[in-house]
Amino acid sequence: MSLVNTINLNSMFNYDSQSLKLFTKEIVNKIKELIGDKQYVIMEFCGTHTHEISRYALRSILPKNLELRSGPGCPVCVTAEEDIDYIINLVLENDLGVITFGDIINVPGSVASLSYLRAMGKDVKVVYNPMESIKIAENNLNKNYVLVGIGFETTVPMLAHTLINIKQKGLKNLFYLSLHKLTPPATIALLNSNEVKLDGIIGPGHVSTIIGVKAWEDIAYKYKIPFVIMGFEPQDILFGVYVLLEKIINKEYGVWNTYLRSVRYEGNKEALDLIFKVFRISSANWRGLGIIPDSGLELNDEFKEYDVKLRFPLTKEIKVKKTACRCGDVLRGVIKPYECPLFARACKPSSPKGPCMVSSEGSCAAYYLYEMN
Amino acid sequence: MEKLVLLSYGSGGELMRELIEKDYLKYLSNPILDDLLDSAVFELSGKLAFTTDSYVITPIFFRGGDIGSLSVYGTANDLAVVGAQPLFISLSFIIEEGLPLKDLHKILESIANASKEININVVTGDTKVVEKNKGDKIFINTAGIGVIKPNRDWRGRKVDVDDVVIVSGDIGEHGLYIMLERLGMKTDEIVKSDMGYVGSFVLPLLDNFEGVKFVRDATRGGVATVLNEIAHKYNVEIEIEEDLIPAKDWVLQASEILGIDPLYSANEGKVVIIADKSQAQDIINFLKKFELSANATIIGKVISVKKPRVYLLTKIGSRRILEALKGDILPRIC
Repeated sequence: MSLVNTINLNSMFNYDSQSLKLFTKEIVNKIKELIGDKQYVIMEFCGTHTHEISRYALRSILPKNLELRSGPGCPVCVTAEEDIDYIINLVLENDLGVITFGDIINVPGSVASLSYLRAMGKDVKVVYNPMESIKIAENNLNKNYVLVGIGFETTVPMLAHTLINIKQKGLKNLFYLSLHKLTPPATIALLNSNEVKLDGIIGPGHVSTIIGVKAWEDIAYKYKIPFVIMGFEPQDILFGVYVLLEKIINKEYGVWNTYLRSVRYEGNKEALDLIFKVFRISSANWRGLGIIPDSGLELNDEFKEYDVKLRFPLTKEIKVKKTACRCGDVLRGVIKPYECPLFARACKPSSPKGPCMVSSEGSCAAYYLYEMN
Repeated sequence: MEKLVLLSYGSGGELMRELIEKDYLKYLSNPILDDLLDSAVFELSGKLAFTTDSYVITPIFFRGGDIGSLSVYGTANDLAVVGAQPLFISLSFIIEEGLPLKDLHKILESIANASKEININVVTGDTKVVEKNKGDKIFINTAGIGVIKPNRDWRGRKVDVDDVVIVSGDIGEHGLYIMLERLGMKTDEIVKSDMGYVGSFVLPLLDNFEGVKFVRDATRGGVATVLNEIAHKYNVEIEIEEDLIPAKDWVLQASEILGIDPLYSANEGKVVIIADKSQAQDIINFLKKFELSANATIIGKVISVKKPRVYLLTKIGSRRILEALKGDILPRIC
């Protein structure tokens, strides 16, 4: 009998300590019974899923013939080398101050990372709330700043709100670099590439909260693959994986949502409206995947004046130095982090050679921190 | 005009002498310091413990204390955890010119109060003033000396299989609170540093329980890092349970928001203890009698003496490795 009927999806995440352990044992047993000895590969596209799967050692308790692969779910990790080098050029050649948030400052470009530039005395600031960029620019009207916008659909509404405020205030010294990317096109690119045979997809929870269940339906039907959108508690993931496995074995395809407390069919309309007040869809350059049409966001006509690329265009072509970093292959699920020759040797969190080891949502970082046994 | 610390205060001239004789002695007076010799002179016998620390925390004033009280408690804690009764402390200030004098007074008062509470004396010091932007308000360096009574000297006791791992209370507060402050996030009164003198319970504990084999305060790098240090020092495998780790609700919430595991967040009033299993429950009952260790908890045990490893049994029953802190979560938290 299907477990779906007996689990209360809304209260499952309130389990006490004992119930949680019991639930885990039961669901893992159900998964083992269901899968038998066939091999299946499922992929997740969300940095938080990557992190939590490792943090709760889920691979160690799930059957080995059910392989959980990480896809390009980490917005810092999929930032192209050329974009990092462009930001560094902005600092070195045009003396812009850089304002960003998160791990991007530790990602190495061809020459250096932003944190290295900061140590050199360059103006590189990390903020928690992008609205702080306005205060920084207002306090220093003699200097030009660029706010670096990284993130998937989840983060964009917050940045859109910031840009609306920047425009309202009529700031002339704060510019924007949109490195925003959209998850469904990356999923399509991966499915098209056929490098890794995928049997099922773990749908990203936060992104789906914004874009809704409906954003995935076309993909699921076109590629005949089941999607299960799930939350981030370990019981969410285990239950979601069980449901996904059921669909795979029954050869059903489509989109199912088990993250009911956060994801609706149509997504979050207000957030989507806010995004398109400021941005429009454009192509984007993905580390590991190359340039994918209609997979990113750029400032629309009303906000074009803030586009740093228009105001400070590239004067020379950025040649990306070929390094031994295989983050691109890790992002496509072609290799596991430990299959990269640099992993845990030259490349560690304290001395990262690529973004997958830098970011807290990166696959290599998750493996290094949690799965070294 | 507000009175500021000027470069001339550090030059050894009249302003500095005034600063010392009026301000420092006003707050910190004791017979050894009052002599104002180039070195503090005193007699001590027995096994001595000697430690040094520097404090570069920012912000310098925070809920639960300031850089002054932190420098006293932090130094005293380093002595207490090796079984030493803290006796004397040196205090070196590196002040950035422009620090308001009233801030310096606040810090001195804080140091005085902390010293009084612990019964420790500031016996010697130094003051330097650097130009604007060559420092950051104030840095403090200390050295501390204490005496170890033989029964409190736990070094040399063998850590063995089945020994328990105890934390003296709720973890992760200082580091997470400072991070919230740095990000300018408004917080409730209950959100504050856990700064305190651990000697208040560690020394009585050592007096009463021979089964205590190791004590360390869990400052930078948090409990996880201390556990890894223990694992490497004694070549043991340690296993702790996620369900047993004591942490306040606000710490768990902050941890979610900031993406920082409380196990890696600094504490300034908590210790990790390794103790003999047979005395474990009595030790917990004893610790609960003291204010700073009222929530002392057993969180795990030593499972083998084969190799250095720390494991975490997660809340779902799976097990993973708990690494030491890599990279910097946050600079200048102490």
